[in-house]
Amino acid sequence: MGKLEVKNLYVSVEGKEILKGVNLSLQQGEVHALMGPNGSGKSTLSYALMGHPKYKITQGDILLNGESIAKLSPEKRAQKGLFLAFQYPTEVQGISLNRFLLNANKSLGKISDSEKGNPTIKEFLANTKSSAKDLSMDESFLQRYLNVGFSGGEKKLSEILQMSVLKPKFALLDEIDSGLDVDSLKLVGAAINRMRGKDFGALVITHYARILQHVKPDKVHIFIDGKIAQSGGPELAQKIEQKGYEFVK
Amino acid sequence: MAGISSINADYKKRYGFRDTVKPVFRTGKGLSRELIKEISAMKNEPKWMREFRLNSYEIFLKKNPPSWGPDLSQANFEHITYYLKSSDRPERKWEDVPEGIKRTFDRLGVPEAEKKFLGGVGAQYESETVYHHLKESLEKQGIIFCSTDQALQEHEEIFREWFGKIVPPSDNKFAALNSAVWSGGSFIYVPKGVEVKLPLQAYFRINERAMGQFERTLIIVDEGAKVHYIEGCTAPTYSSDSLHAAVVEIIAKKNSQVQYTTIQNWSNNVYNLVTKRSHAYENARVYWLDGNIGSKATMKYPSVYLMGAGAKADLLSIAFANKGQHQDAGGKVFHLAPNTSSRIVSKSISKGGGRTSYRGLALVKKGAKNSTVSVKCDALMLDKFSRSDTYPSMKIDENDATVSHEASVGKLSDDQVFYLRSRGLSESDARSMIVLGFIEDFVKELPLEYAVELNRLVKLEMEGAVG
Repeated sequence: MGKLEVKNLYVSVEGKEILKGVNLSLQQGEVHALMGPNGSGKSTLSYALMGHPKYKITQGDILLNGESIAKLSPEKRAQKGLFLAFQYPTEVQGISLNRFLLNANKSLGKISDSEKGNPTIKEFLANTKSSAKDLSMDESFLQRYLNVGFSGGEKKLSEILQMSVLKPKFALLDEIDSGLDVDSLKLVGAAINRMRGKDFGALVITHYARILQHVKPDKVHIFIDGKIAQSGGPELAQKIEQKGYEFVK
Repeated sequence: MAGISSINADYKKRYGFRDTVKPVFRTGKGLSRELIKEISAMKNEPKWMREFRLNSYEIFLKKNPPSWGPDLSQANFEHITYYLKSSDRPERKWEDVPEGIKRTFDRLGVPEAEKKFLGGVGAQYESETVYHHLKESLEKQGIIFCSTDQALQEHEEIFREWFGKIVPPSDNKFAALNSAVWSGGSFIYVPKGVEVKLPLQAYFRINERAMGQFERTLIIVDEGAKVHYIEGCTAPTYSSDSLHAAVVEIIAKKNSQVQYTTIQNWSNNVYNLVTKRSHAYENARVYWLDGNIGSKATMKYPSVYLMGAGAKADLLSIAFANKGQHQDAGGKVFHLAPNTSSRIVSKSISKGGGRTSYRGLALVKKGAKNSTVSVKCDALMLDKFSRSDTYPSMKIDENDATVSHEASVGKLSDDQVFYLRSRGLSESDARSMIVLGFIEDFVKELPLEYAVELNRLVKLEMEGAVG
């Protein structure tokens, strides 16, 4: 079974140290929650794991199945099965969600680059449609330009749709619950649960325990000031919900 | 840098090659009254045309070049060859075109495209049309599609009625120059109610160094008729500059529809100074798609005069300026009648120190009641060395006009690129995707074959954006 390991990771952004020795081990088949207050560096961790060029690793390592990916480009990491659902997905004019997903799938080597009408492309299109349906997204959504004019909630659904279609080995879900109404939160939770299985691991990054009522985590980590302050079972999330982050400090 | 030189390498291979073709006739370098008389005599033109040329030459001498726009100070008018004839006559069959010239157009894929999806093709090499053919079925409907020189000889009456009426020689210095030395170009006449279903295409090729190409195009679309005309152009890459100064005049009569599509891909040593204008009468629709990828400097502002009630204009343009290029482009609309509407959409991309300028004018005259004007110009800069400016201008003399204007200037954002890369796209694919998305509204209006070609060209220009 695959494993994503973060070892004593230090990361700076524009000269400022944000991550200060993160240690984490996530197995395929597991879902971990990473909870922490605003500004604790949770998003920095997700960007650094995915390989944003602005986020410089000054110490430590990131291992995927025992192999270091810390120096790989974001696309190489994606090709190895890593996925990041962005807190703030960017908009791209002129490229439909469908076309984007098709290109992404090709880049990931999941569809051969052949003529239209190729059954694998057909399968892909059908698969995308049914994934959209699972999220109660209208089919017309797939024809819209990538995230352009999407509401906050729609953007989050679009991230989850992308995850469902691209089928990563490990997903980093950065505040996927923020800006979602109750119904959408349920849909997102269900989509993550459908992905769960021995071939999928997820790190659910969040402020609130709310989403964890839909997606039961195997482990909960409390993230404070650039590192993990405490780890435990699902009960830790309940404690945070009741007492806030103060008790950890 | 490696990336940028690899673009040139590909341009050379695909379009920038040069053939050795012995000219049938050529003038020396530079321009004079005598030379103009010589061209006119050789073309066996009527006296009125010779006078028109000489008069235009006087205007050219008197007029100053525009005080705005790209730097033209390096353009050397003395060193240009103004007329060069490479074959005896326009042929109707490719096999009759002289071998060296035919090879050029084969390499550019022109005969192949003709077979696949075009209703007629004109091919101009240096100053003269070397090939012209219209499908027989279209000829039978009374459609005329020939070189402009041939039209003067064979259809003088209708030719004279419209020639120089939409763009008079006095319009600007380069229109005057074209009027003095024009040669080649396309003439199209579509009779009343006839719809030309397949596009007509002309391909303009410069082969010689320091060459001037001055084609002249006149398109007359009669009442209720419909046509789509496409032009493409390329040249070899030389260190000495060439000049392309064309004039295009379009008359869209009542209820007619014209689409004019240009994919301009001159090599980076060509000054491209073109005047394009159309008159749209009652309920006519003029659709202008203008893509500028190549040239050293381009000045081109297709314009539509909305002469009749209910006439419509669409001006969609894209410009891509790479290292050493200045694309000064845009569009102009003149609302001269009630219930007219216009839409200008301009997208420009600059990279590697290239410069783009949007220059536009929207004018609603008194009496053009209930007009609608929409202008949208977006610029995308791919690095901090590049430049983009907009010079929009509006003069609205009617209170009930509906006018909208949007402009945006943006830089390619690192976060956008990262987002796409996080899904597995390489950095260069991510950048290309953002740029292609940026011009998608333009590309989707093109016939499929040209959309594919344009996407390929843009991807090519994008190479070297990385590292």
